[in-house]
Amino acid sequence: MFPKPIEQRGPGAKLTYQAILPLALIMWLLPLIAVAVFSIKPDADFTNGNYWGPPSSFEFFTNYGRVFFESDMPRYMLNSLLITIPTVIGAVALSSLTGFALGIYKFNGNLLIFFMFIAGNFVPFQILMVPVRDLTVSMNLYDTKTGLVLFHIAFQTGFCTLFMRNFIRQLPFELIEAARVEGVAEWRIFWFVVLPLMRPALAALSVLIFTFIWNDYFWAVVLTQGPDSQPVTAGITAFNSQFRAAYHLMSAGSIVAALPPVLMFFLMQKHFIAGLTLGAVK
Amino acid sequence: MATSATGHTGHGGRARAGWYKRNEIALTPWLFLIPGILFFAVYVIIPIFQSVWISFHEWDGLGAKEWVGTANYERLLTDDRKFDVSFWNNIRWLFLYLLAIPAGLFIALFLNQTVFGIRLYKSLFFFPFVLSQVVVGLVFSWFYLPREGLLNALLAVFGLGPVNILGDPNLATYGIIAASLWPQTAYCMILYLTGLNAVDPEQVEAARLDGAKGWKMLWYVILPQLKPATFIAFVVTIIGALRSFDLISVMTNGGPFGSTRVLSFYMFEESLSEFGFRMGYGAAIAVVLFFIMLGFIAYFLWSMWREEKGAR
Repeated sequence: MFPKPIEQRGPGAKLTYQAILPLALIMWLLPLIAVAVFSIKPDADFTNGNYWGPPSSFEFFTNYGRVFFESDMPRYMLNSLLITIPTVIGAVALSSLTGFALGIYKFNGNLLIFFMFIAGNFVPFQILMVPVRDLTVSMNLYDTKTGLVLFHIAFQTGFCTLFMRNFIRQLPFELIEAARVEGVAEWRIFWFVVLPLMRPALAALSVLIFTFIWNDYFWAVVLTQGPDSQPVTAGITAFNSQFRAAYHLMSAGSIVAALPPVLMFFLMQKHFIAGLTLGAVK
Repeated sequence: MATSATGHTGHGGRARAGWYKRNEIALTPWLFLIPGILFFAVYVIIPIFQSVWISFHEWDGLGAKEWVGTANYERLLTDDRKFDVSFWNNIRWLFLYLLAIPAGLFIALFLNQTVFGIRLYKSLFFFPFVLSQVVVGLVFSWFYLPREGLLNALLAVFGLGPVNILGDPNLATYGIIAASLWPQTAYCMILYLTGLNAVDPEQVEAARLDGAKGWKMLWYVILPQLKPATFIAFVVTIIGALRSFDLISVMTNGGPFGSTRVLSFYMFEESLSEFGFRMGYGAAIAVVLFFIMLGFIAYFLWSMWREEKGAR
């Protein structure tokens, strides 16, 4: 193990380390802690210039209540969910098909198609922006959740294919050969042999894509406008102009907007990290 | 590998089976690929070429496109001050954003211990990565506020400040990059923590017996084993640097005086701003950005391709 385990350096070193840890964490999360503190302060603290003193009263429920009942925030959150969940399903479904095809079969152009997916996944969004916006408008899907979902599914398929294909490559190929000898149809091999083994990959990808799409801002701005279909990342700017300079409400609003992926991460941590670090270890 | 018979009748009748059955292994991958390729082609591959085509036109997004040849590029590369500013800011981003890699490695080394509660610490250190860039942008723009921000409150304790980072054209870009380093460092950290976990303990012990420790150990024994993690960190960091958009849009909206524009933001501004839709010009900016990125993409793909060749 590297660095050398702290226990081997004596009890003093261990205690120092355990004392530094929380301090380092507070430093690291300082900007966020500041926002969390802001979000429970009363309005009066800001007019009195009491920015960094202790809150003069605890206004958690007032502030968060106003976010939920006096703004479009709940609508934006719902939009985000209605955009994110279909995208996760679509992208994971498409890429388990493509990942299976590219991971199992040898055919001309396999690597070429695989690399096309990877390369497409790396391009700058701006090179797609004008044509994709145009296409969405011409399909009458501009400013709809469907328009956003379709694009997200397509774009995420690139990353998901990379992920799935590499995962399927690690499965024992003998399983598939054995099934073929048994005369099992190829699609049944996919459904009954490979798919059950892909469960960890499906979970990891779902969590990752959920976070990526929930946090998307660029495409939300390009393809939607207004509270009918905008997700929360784009809606928060409208929210902030509604409560201009009311830092306690804006802070509460952004914490609410950030919460779902944070929950997802803490609940599904193992899958999340397994997904992000796939390939980091050979 | 041993498999038990599952009761399927063997091969009788397969010779007479249909054309599909006979070509099953050749056909199946394509059937599985069709939906994915179709989606990807329509929304990703074809638009790249369309953008290149549009960049040779003048177009407001609605009316007819007017062919102008390379006029957009000529203007872009010869007399567009905004383009120059954006380009150099992109270079700044590219170099400074890479600091996330050593910073992530440093935190990973710091946290790679087994004391009580370390797992929770690791997750909390990682957690800025889960926040959306919009929230990170808001959090940091409040952090930087000259009057209400915590940064100036802290500087005041040391008798410094106040500084208005986002209001100063010379500082604003660096302020945004610092904000972007926060989640990116967290990501690099988690890559390295995973990598460190898989470092071969025998090699470390052997090196220790040979008297290696500290920097020497890190450089000659540990880092070579972290190579796959470093590669991924490079890929995502470089792509992320060139994609920077959200933070700029949220924190400064390109200002003050256009000093924080980058190509991706400038492109958006030209194509979809209140000053009118100049899609042709915007597309030309996007194409330039695309070619900058293509250099990196080609290198990444080449590295991956070498590995694929090694694998089979």
